[in-house]
Amino acid sequence: MTNDTIKLKLTDKFGDALTDWQEPYGMLTFTAPKELNLKVLQFLFDDTELKFQFLTDLQAVHYPHRKGEELAVVYHLHNLVDNVRIRLKVFADIQKPDVFSATALYRSANHMERETYDFFGVNFIGHPNLVRILNVDEMDYFPMRKQYPVEDQLRIDKDDEMFGR
Amino acid sequence: MSEHILLPEGSIEKQTTTLNLGPTHPATHGVFQNILELDGERILKSTSTIGYIHRAFEKIAERRPLYQITPLTDRLNYCSSPINNMGWHLTCEKLLGIKTPKRVDYLRVIIMELARIADHLICNSIVGVDTGAFTGFLYVMQYRELIYEIYEEICGSRLTTTIGRIGGFERNFTPAAFKKLEKFLKEYPLVLKEFENLFTRNRIFMDRTIGCGPIAAERALNYGFTGPNLRAAGVDYDVRVHTPYSSYEDFDFIIPVGTTGDCYDRFLVRNEEMWQSLSIIEQAYQKVQEFKGAEAEVYHADTPAYYLPEKKDVYTKMEALIYHFKIVMGETAIPEGEVYSAVEGANGELGFYLISDGGRTPYRLHFRRPCFIYYQAFEELVKGGMLSDAVITMSSLNLIAGEMDA
Repeated sequence: MTNDTIKLKLTDKFGDALTDWQEPYGMLTFTAPKELNLKVLQFLFDDTELKFQFLTDLQAVHYPHRKGEELAVVYHLHNLVDNVRIRLKVFADIQKPDVFSATALYRSANHMERETYDFFGVNFIGHPNLVRILNVDEMDYFPMRKQYPVEDQLRIDKDDEMFGR
Repeated sequence: MSEHILLPEGSIEKQTTTLNLGPTHPATHGVFQNILELDGERILKSTSTIGYIHRAFEKIAERRPLYQITPLTDRLNYCSSPINNMGWHLTCEKLLGIKTPKRVDYLRVIIMELARIADHLICNSIVGVDTGAFTGFLYVMQYRELIYEIYEEICGSRLTTTIGRIGGFERNFTPAAFKKLEKFLKEYPLVLKEFENLFTRNRIFMDRTIGCGPIAAERALNYGFTGPNLRAAGVDYDVRVHTPYSSYEDFDFIIPVGTTGDCYDRFLVRNEEMWQSLSIIEQAYQKVQEFKGAEAEVYHADTPAYYLPEKKDVYTKMEALIYHFKIVMGETAIPEGEVYSAVEGANGELGFYLISDGGRTPYRLHFRRPCFIYYQAFEELVKGGMLSDAVITMSSLNLIAGEMDA
């Protein structure tokens, strides 16, 4: 199974809905509209030839300059039989970052979606327990978004004589 | 005539017991919490809380040049940090398009397999400790010490190694390192054999672990299991074979698989993997010895823009000084790209997803930490079992808090 056959099968099924086909470092990468993410995942899972039944990784990326689609949720899928990996991206508006949850399809998505919510604030619809996982529950912002710098080097509120700040 | 007494929620007279296993419980072997709802000794429900040692590595990495991210990867699975380091170097090399010489690949394989042995050794002997056999743990500890001494000889540190650099190693392996490696290869098989004799057919151990915390193959795949835990369930997925990196295709080894995915299978798979790792190290060492003349001195790729030059060159050569300055100050631009690269970590597929926008630091870096993903299954694995089984299930899954929390 090559990237071309995967692309052909997906375009046969979904037509022009899937866009931005790329192959960085040999991995087929494409973008789906966020309403279709579950349908695409389900098709990739169920199709007898594609069999992308292993969710390797799920995370988000914040692109502040892309207005209206700031948050990208990235799925890495793996077909263990033919040993092919693909990458699926879904873009969401940061004002209303609602994406359908893949937990019904992949149990492994549970923690990964919680982590993505925790750091980027992507609201996974249908997730059984969408609460913070690594950060404290009281946190009221999503720290991996680009507007939060790691640490302001010029801050003066911290008196740290030991390390000379 | 007595009336029914309605007990308020959370009353001490309720029928079940709530037990906090963790965050700092000796049985968790790491900082994470399991809140267990017990009926007698049977577990009705388990809820896990993680994140106690979250250190925001992904955020920190967005502000650091590539070579400064290596120490962060050390602290993921700290029982086998060299594998994490190599995984990170390989990711960078994939992004930068650097091809490493064969000798470097083989040296890396030696280090990675040593790390795998060290990790499995801890995991298996801890399963022993949790089932009540302390001897094995103390006995094999001195051989982990030998492995650490080999690391020390190569990079100077033991636990959080930061071993190697982008493109190769910081220095060539010294004769002392090879001597220690030979000592290890000579002595360790006997010890491993004895360790196996203590456990594998031990009646108490078998009774204790067989059928404890089992998982079926399909379920394990759906839960995102990788590594020895998945192989114990019967799926022969190994990144070293499926997507060979660092010249793993040159080696001859088998992937052990189990059948039921219970604690005993996981133990056996790890044990067999140690034997395979030993064989890989022997093969790699043989291949390394076959290099003659100038080739036998190669320990890094020729990529001056990313490989930190030797210190004595920095003081005497113009070019080395320039590159040293540029690399240390983090002024080397990373080419634009998006790359996912995975290595077979000691407890599963350790992936690095790196996005660069052409700046000097990664735009986004994500670690695919195997134990973060398969820990979700713990609640299901222990449900309905005994409390003491939960403890050995936990240790045989090889949960490392540093990796879970990143």
